[in-house]
Amino acid sequence: MNVQVTDWPDKLFATLKRAGIAQVGYVPDAGHSRLIERCRADAGIRDVVLTTEEEGVALAAGAWLGGERAALLMQSSGLGNCINMFSLARSCRFPLLMIITMRGEWEEFNPWQVPMGSIVDPVLKLCEAEVYRVTRPEEVEGAAERAVQHVFGDERIGAIILSQQLIGKKVWVK
Amino acid sequence: MSGRLERRAAMAMLLEDRADDLLVVPGLGSTTYDLAAAGDDPKNFYLWGAMGGAAMIGLGLALAQPQKRVAVITGDGEMLMGMGALATIGIQKPANLAIVVFDNGVYGETGMQPSHTQSGVDLVGVARGCGIATCLEVADAAGLRDLGQRLKRLRETLFARVLIEANEPPRVLPERDGTVLKQRFRAALGVKA
Repeated sequence: MNVQVTDWPDKLFATLKRAGIAQVGYVPDAGHSRLIERCRADAGIRDVVLTTEEEGVALAAGAWLGGERAALLMQSSGLGNCINMFSLARSCRFPLLMIITMRGEWEEFNPWQVPMGSIVDPVLKLCEAEVYRVTRPEEVEGAAERAVQHVFGDERIGAIILSQQLIGKKVWVK
Repeated sequence: MSGRLERRAAMAMLLEDRADDLLVVPGLGSTTYDLAAAGDDPKNFYLWGAMGGAAMIGLGLALAQPQKRVAVITGDGEMLMGMGALATIGIQKPANLAIVVFDNGVYGETGMQPSHTQSGVDLVGVARGCGIATCLEVADAAGLRDLGQRLKRLRETLFARVLIEANEPPRVLPERDGTVLKQRFRAALGVKA
């Protein structure tokens, strides 16, 4: 793989650092593995591994109450787990920055990923989230910067969607 | 039910001479009303929804404010819905976080239907199994007084189950505009974006 294809997680990480993100909640995910690794290795970021994604919505609210910024990393399947908990962010205008890796949309081997993957955009729209969709590596940083500004500047929900085209397909049989 | 504590008196006793650095997050429903009845404070973050989220709000807050103490005081139904949070908190081990469950064995808000704890689910056992350092059963006034003292000087993550009588005192309803609750809480802490 060439550098251009693989350096976008580092650019995302750099954006999170510039934004002063102090807590990162995540459910382990292959597409986010590099970003998770960077967060775990950073002394200024508290990495919080979650049992389910909705925990991260509540974590981010608590962080903001206490004056810290948080980000939530998940796979598209996790978005569905969050829907009722979004009422916390929506009722109180808590900033909620999500970075979502897509499954079920492009060269997907596992058909069980399709039902949730196919409704990510409308679900986010219904939940009043601003969507920043990225399909090419060079778009990642700009989208992330805009999302950070919207989320923390205006205390809103924003989702950076990393398309399956960007991430590359999962290898099932090596 | 005999041998159980009355919820309003229990909340009042826990928060007697409340320390200035104690931040309180109740669960939706009865514990929010109990907290409001014990006396309003900008450092209360009342919940009117987000069922299953109270403990995780407490975690994010405790990590952000390590010099303050955070008490999540919620019901058994609310805790059961977000039980995975105990595993998440168990490995984060914030020294300034207490999770207190007012366990009356029923879903009071919806008509007193029995919860899992009435049929033997042991929340203290779950908390202990998740690696939470101090796990307590509180069944009388002496235990409550001890828990109140512990909340004043937390040194490791604490979980307590308080045996609560299944009654339903008249509701005391606090502010329910979430943005107001958020802004006044942050203002009381003096935090900025």
